[in-house]
Amino acid sequence: MPKITYISHNKEKITVEVPTGLSVMEGALQNNIKGIDADCGGSMACATCHVYVSENWVDKIEKIQDAEQDMLDMAYEPKKNSRLSCQIIISNDLDGLEVTTPLKQT
Amino acid sequence: MIKTDAIIIGAGPTGLFAVHQLGIIGLKCEIIDNLNRSGGQCIELYPDKPIYDIPAIPECTGEELTNGLLKQIEPFKAGFHLGQRVEEIKQENNFWIVKTNKGNFFSAPNIIIAGGVGSFEPRKLTLKEAEKFEGNQIFYSVTNKDLFQNKKISIFGGGDSALDWALELSKSNEITLIHRRTEFRGAAHTLSEIKQKEKEGKILIKTPCNLKSIVGDKTMSGIEVEYEGGKLEKIKTDYILSFFGLIMKLGPISEWGLNIDKKTIPVDTENFQTNKAGIFAVGDICTYPGKLKLILSGFHEAALAARACFKRAKPNETYRFEFTTASKSIHDRLGLKK
Repeated sequence: MPKITYISHNKEKITVEVPTGLSVMEGALQNNIKGIDADCGGSMACATCHVYVSENWVDKIEKIQDAEQDMLDMAYEPKKNSRLSCQIIISNDLDGLEVTTPLKQT
Repeated sequence: MIKTDAIIIGAGPTGLFAVHQLGIIGLKCEIIDNLNRSGGQCIELYPDKPIYDIPAIPECTGEELTNGLLKQIEPFKAGFHLGQRVEEIKQENNFWIVKTNKGNFFSAPNIIIAGGVGSFEPRKLTLKEAEKFEGNQIFYSVTNKDLFQNKKISIFGGGDSALDWALELSKSNEITLIHRRTEFRGAAHTLSEIKQKEKEGKILIKTPCNLKSIVGDKTMSGIEVEYEGGKLEKIKTDYILSFFGLIMKLGPISEWGLNIDKKTIPVDTENFQTNKAGIFAVGDICTYPGKLKLILSGFHEAALAARACFKRAKPNETYRFEFTTASKSIHDRLGLKK
């Protein structure tokens, strides 16, 4: 199972195994990872599952769509490596992925 | 004080269908929502996005679903109280007294909370010092545009609200439109109008950049923005308008003595009652083993909660299960003519 590392805004790292096919957001919820609210439940409608993807992973994830980019405009302090974690679907290629959660989601 | 059989908090699809389910069993209700219109998340988050999992409706938008529900509940003449938020609830004997932030009071033996993920509020600027200017020089919505005459206004955001207000207010103000990336999201004609105004020098556009700091102590005289890459620029500003959409906050619901688990309210799936007798929770805000956050689940939950309301609203009557196809009394409630 791919290992995903969630890094909190104060650099605490938690690595968990997440089944392929789930989103990085779902992986966080199932493992009680703090820092991801996911208010809308994964419908790309709220920007509260916002994460920063570690630079070396940005190009390995499926490219961002317009609708996700639009939603990220609403996120808390978006940066170039911002993504909505509900839109990152875990595959074996993403084994080792590191994402950092923002200071807060709203 | 308005007295009724049930008070519904939240006018999203589940709250609206609760009106229907109460109505067909002969109960009256009042429905309250913080937003100025019905529809909840359907209308705020995805009015134009198609939904594909409403039974017997292969495809409909959030707006169409809302309009359909409003039409379906018309016969029951529920009282709508939009643009106000329920602040307090308290118990008096077998009744619940509900107070809104506009000072309106309601009394009923039942409350159905259909509050989704909480109430919608504007997402605010993240800069700490923005707080002290909020309401006098920083606004998250425009309620009185007469305030803005020959002023320097910095507008933040890249969506329809930011673009529409930039256009409208550029008629009599100096507008700077600031966005974190170069692409704006808006209707094609709006975008071309913005481009035109930029050419005419009526709207200045600053991208990709973010608000870095506010200049001024008691009064804001300007702002400093930071471009991608770190370059800073000062912009004279009388007013900031910020349009970063809405967020959902559980808000006062968390203070009513209800059990709360991860921003949701645990319920008994027999009747969707919470830990308080006469307070029910349905839709996205309730939780129980196997809960699915689907509109259709909310409809089922509302149907069961409505039946449970009957006993408390009409303790001396016996509830009879009836079908809408065959029941004369339901047909009367629907106002059907023979």
